[in-house]
Amino acid sequence: MGNSTHKQTGPSPTASGFSASTPSEGLFSTYQNGHFFCELTNTGAPLDPRIDLLRQRLNALPLDDLRTRAAQAEQELYNLGITFTVYSDKNAIDRILPFDLVPRILTQPEWRHVEAGVKQRVKALNMFLWDIYHDQNVLKDGIIPRELVVGNSNFCPAMMGLDVPGGTYIHIDGTDLVRDETGRFLVLEDNGRTPSGVSYVIENRHTTLRVMPDIASGIDLMPVDEYGMRLQNALSEVAPEGVDNPQVVLLSPGIYNSAYFEHVFLAREMGVPLVEGRDLVTENDRVYMRTTAGLRPVHSIYRRLNDDFLDPEAFDPSSMLGVPGLVQAYRKGNVTIANAIGTGVADDKAVYAYMPRIIQYYLSEEPILSNVETHICAEPEGLAYTLANLDKLVVKPVGESGGYGLLIGPHATKEELADFSCKLKDDPANYISQPVVQLSVCPTLCETGLENRHVDLRPFAVTGKDTWVLPGGLSRVALKRGSLVVNSSQGGGSKDTWVLAS
Amino acid sequence: MGAGIMTITVDPIATLPPQPLLSRYAECSMWLARYMERIENLARIIDITETFVRSGATDGWKAIIQINADEERFFKAHRKYAAEQVISFYVIERDNPTSIAALAHAARENARSLRPFISVEMWAQLNVFTNFVRDLKANDIRPGEISTLCTKIKEECQTHTGITEGTLYRDQVSVFYNIGRYIERADQITRLIDIKYHTLLPSEAGVGSEVDISQWSALLRSAAGYHAYRRVMAGDIRPSSIIGFLLKSAAFPRSLTTNLRLLHNSLTQLRRDYRLLASSNILERVEHLSAVLESQTATQIIVSGLHEFCDWIQSELQQVQNEIAQAFWPTEPVLATPLQSLPPLEPLPAFSSQTQSQSQI
Repeated sequence: MGNSTHKQTGPSPTASGFSASTPSEGLFSTYQNGHFFCELTNTGAPLDPRIDLLRQRLNALPLDDLRTRAAQAEQELYNLGITFTVYSDKNAIDRILPFDLVPRILTQPEWRHVEAGVKQRVKALNMFLWDIYHDQNVLKDGIIPRELVVGNSNFCPAMMGLDVPGGTYIHIDGTDLVRDETGRFLVLEDNGRTPSGVSYVIENRHTTLRVMPDIASGIDLMPVDEYGMRLQNALSEVAPEGVDNPQVVLLSPGIYNSAYFEHVFLAREMGVPLVEGRDLVTENDRVYMRTTAGLRPVHSIYRRLNDDFLDPEAFDPSSMLGVPGLVQAYRKGNVTIANAIGTGVADDKAVYAYMPRIIQYYLSEEPILSNVETHICAEPEGLAYTLANLDKLVVKPVGESGGYGLLIGPHATKEELADFSCKLKDDPANYISQPVVQLSVCPTLCETGLENRHVDLRPFAVTGKDTWVLPGGLSRVALKRGSLVVNSSQGGGSKDTWVLAS
Repeated sequence: MGAGIMTITVDPIATLPPQPLLSRYAECSMWLARYMERIENLARIIDITETFVRSGATDGWKAIIQINADEERFFKAHRKYAAEQVISFYVIERDNPTSIAALAHAARENARSLRPFISVEMWAQLNVFTNFVRDLKANDIRPGEISTLCTKIKEECQTHTGITEGTLYRDQVSVFYNIGRYIERADQITRLIDIKYHTLLPSEAGVGSEVDISQWSALLRSAAGYHAYRRVMAGDIRPSSIIGFLLKSAAFPRSLTTNLRLLHNSLTQLRRDYRLLASSNILERVEHLSAVLESQTATQIIVSGLHEFCDWIQSELQQVQNEIAQAFWPTEPVLATPLQSLPPLEPLPAFSSQTQSQSQI
């Protein structure tokens, strides 16, 4: 069978082990976490006194007060322009990512576990990328099917043999984590291309402290403010060798990109120019930016542009966003691009299924953070298990087809299940299957008061020579009752993520 | 002072070589300033026109269209120079690129590009202001409301100016911002004068009449120059004196001469502090403009054609704008010569501070 066996790692409270006593009055008197793991009230026995303090303070707030503060927070986010922008014909409509002001809390032991797991994963991903773009031992040793890697649309032949500085391909990584009903952290997906959302982590903290100073007072949290400095250092560390004072820039698709606010935010936090493709030119395989004093050299580019748009000479010739000649300059070692080109192959769904083995292969360690139990149908055991439990599983096609052809077993009819069985038997290598994960919940301000809503967690890891993980990460929350979809496009919002400082 | 020995302690930040500025940001900064100034001036012009019309100038609304050379676009959407139509055209119609709504949108999009450089306060205020302008409806611009609305818009622009003064970091971005502001103010004062000229043209008989005097006062008020004018010129309300004040007063912040001088200072700053030698040619053009202005009295300008003079100033300022674009955001950029580090500071001779203070008296 696939990698469906896993050890329970990290803190492992059980759902029945502890449940904070429900107060008879106040905001929490009607709050119930059902059979889900609750991030606030069910976070390991005995309840940390600071978490209890936070809960008591929130509980004592009149609902109107909380609503007023929520409205203040939204107005402030809007006025400060912490927004993503939707463009229509003539209007630029700025929308905020809905912010829920009840924070999500991680204790130190929980965080140390997540941090170690993320570091391990980033290390393995970078070693994997170096290998597949050099000797390809992982393929020769049969750890992962060759076709899955070199036949992957995100595999970039232009990267073969290129020695990226420090061996780092994924300088900025976002790991999507969920917690099951026992509170165990599971990796849902790796984001090794251009993960976004980190600006909300920092702005959410500022917003919380502005609108709820009394609620947060005296609770010591790990800071989130050093992200920009860390990122700037990392990007300087991986600049081409021999450059004394490297010029780092952030390359954005421009003001029409929905994540433009985040690009601005990061450029500002790093203290580096925010450039667009049209601000950069190449000459003699070197990259320059257009300044009022003429062209000036650029050494390290944090790009928030997909591979395809980076360089019309190397990739999509119709793209106006990139810089002609950039890839050539990159291959000559005259400029560093972060994340490297061709990292998409490592965060692919199909490759994800092999991550536990990839970690084993390069690090000789057990994964600290487990994958969501994944059955690889290319393997007989995985196929047999999937066919036998089809009505309980989510079956996903791998490779290019992405979200298409997905089966959600518990929601499918008998006919659909039967049809899908046939498809599966015809082409088992095209599928993986996973159980439906019962995501953890967090008290969230809703129509009637505090209700449970599902959350996930995306910690951000920054890697230059070493890896540093921003304490906490982005907690996305599915604002619709019962929904497991936390994406902002489908009614998702975000929360401030607290990591208790000790 | 000690026996001729002077120690100079230099803050490390003062010796850092100037940071390069992306051409695009210089351009955005200049345009942000121009658009915000233009909005303010448009509000002033609409406000004063409303006053003129109330005091009997029948062609008032037509004059705005004429001084902005907007006839063609205006008549695509409208049939006559009626108050409602002209106000709508210049305040809420987004299709008209010279409307306050369109200018505010353009200002904000430039500010959006500039966000790495501008303060949160500056962005937040612009955001609130542009949203306010975007949401204006026909009801908000009825003749009875227009003066209040213009005041509100002026105040918002002035708030922007104040926040900018108080928060914008004084590097190249702010120099280009100032250049934009001075070019626009110089341009706009000639348009404000021109609107009075246009209004007067049909009935020369009105010159010196009660109505005429109250109109000249309104013109001064709309440029926020009425009290200053009264203070320095007392009872002299001759048109030539007022025009002289608006064009040539060295102390009036909106006068042409003030803005040409400040423009010259900013261009000099680019050359001196940022070693952008390309500003030399532009400086010469500005110097020539100033020389032409200073070499004539207001009466001489009026006699030889005030409208023509205003036109000429506007086209020269356009040239300045073009040359700035060519110098600092060219389509074909060239490799920069490496920045030389600043020469080591030498102790100043002891007498120099005295000479300086004398020369400033």
